[in-house]
Amino acid sequence: MHNFEYHRPTSVADAVQSLKGAEDGKILAGGMTLIPTLKQRLAAPSDLIDLGAIAELKGIKDEGGMITIGAATPHAMVAESEVVRRVIPALADLAEGIGDPQVRNRGTIGGSIANSDPAADYPAALVGLDATVQTDRRRIKADDFFKGLFETALEEDEIVTAVSFPKPEKACYAKFPNPASRYAMVGVMVARAGGAVRVAVTGAGPCVFRLPEMEQALSGNFSPDAIKGIEISADGLNSDIHGSAAYRAHLVSVMARRAVTDCA
Amino acid sequence: MPTVSMTVNGKAASGDAEPRTLLVHFLRETLGLTGTHVGCDTSQCGACVVHVDGKSVKSCTMLAVQANGAEVTTIEGLANGELHPMQAAFREHHGLQCGFCTPGMVMSAIDLVRHNATPSESDIREWLEGNICRCTGYHNIVKAIQAGAQAMKG
Repeated sequence: MHNFEYHRPTSVADAVQSLKGAEDGKILAGGMTLIPTLKQRLAAPSDLIDLGAIAELKGIKDEGGMITIGAATPHAMVAESEVVRRVIPALADLAEGIGDPQVRNRGTIGGSIANSDPAADYPAALVGLDATVQTDRRRIKADDFFKGLFETALEEDEIVTAVSFPKPEKACYAKFPNPASRYAMVGVMVARAGGAVRVAVTGAGPCVFRLPEMEQALSGNFSPDAIKGIEISADGLNSDIHGSAAYRAHLVSVMARRAVTDCA
Repeated sequence: MPTVSMTVNGKAASGDAEPRTLLVHFLRETLGLTGTHVGCDTSQCGACVVHVDGKSVKSCTMLAVQANGAEVTTIEGLANGELHPMQAAFREHHGLQCGFCTPGMVMSAIDLVRHNATPSESDIREWLEGNICRCTGYHNIVKAIQAGAQAMKG
C-alpha cells in the first residue's frame, strides 16, 4: 500500500473541507473495498478522509413515513435493526446476506452505494425500493444516482450522508450469491408500493438496472406466473469466470420469480 | 509518523504507525502480539479476526489509525489465569489441526455467542462464512463452538 495523509474529521462539513483541500483525496467509510484496493495498489490516493468518527452519520430513524439510514451505518446494524426488520424486512435480509459477519460489522451503506460495485447488494435495494440518497448538498433519487460501472452521480467532493427508504407494501430480495465471495451473481429486489411495482437487478450488468416489462406485468398481476414468459436479453450483461451473460440472463428471470413468490 | 493509542486486552498501548499500517501489523509487529495471524491478507480467511469495541473485525482490513482510541481484544486477552471457555472447548473437542486459523475462529465464535447464546449447528456454519480452515477441520470446530457456547453460559 502506498502511503497517504490520514484525516479523521468529526463533522460532515470538516470532511468536505478535507476532501476539497486534498490533491487526490478519497473517502474511507468501512474500508471493505477501499483497503483491499489500496493493498493491491489499484488506487493510490494522496489523502484518506475517514468518516468513522462522525457520529451524525450513524444510525437508523423512522420518521416522516421513511426509514432513514445514516451513511456510516454498518450492514450488521441494518440487519439487526428492529425497525428495519419490522417495516422493510427485505432490506434487513439483504443486509444480512452481505459478505460475512466481520465485513458486515465494518462495511457501510454509504460506502457500498458510493462505490457502485456491479455485484453489490445495496444498489438493488435503493432502486427497487425507490430510495433517495441524501448528500452533504442535495437529494438524489436512486434512479438517477447509479450511473454505470463504479460510477455514480456524486461530484468529486460530495459525500453521501444518508439514504431514505419509503415503506413498501411488499418487498422481497432474491439473490444468487457467488459461493466464494457472497457477492451477487444476480440479485433482484421486487417491491410493490401504491399499486406500482419496481424490479431492480444487481450483479447481472455493469450497474443496477430496472426491468420495466416485468414491472408492468406485475402491476397487473402480482404473481410469478405473470413474468414467467418474459425473456431477458443477455446483451450487455456481465460475462466472467463465474458465469456467462446468457447464464446471468436466465438467473435474472429465476431470481425475479423467486422474489415475487417470497412476497406472496 | 502519527502515534496510535488504544486499549489492547485491557491495557493502554501505543506506538508510532504510518497511516497505511494495518491493525494486524500494528498488533503483531509494534505490540508483539503475534497470536493474531495473517492468513490471506485479502479479507477472506478470518485468521486475523480480533474484537474492536466489542465487535469482530478482520484486522488485516482495518488501518491501525482507524482503531485509535478503541478497545481491542486479541486472542491473548481471553485467558484469565485459565483458558477462556471457548478456548477450552476447542482443546477438548479437537477443534484444531494445524492451529493457524484457530485464533480467528475463537474470536469469531465468541462474537457469535454474544449475538446468539445457543447457536445451532447451522447458525455456527453460517456465522463462519468469513473464517476458513485449510485443514478443513470444520466438523470439530462446529462441535467446539457449540460446547463453548454452552460453557460460556455457566
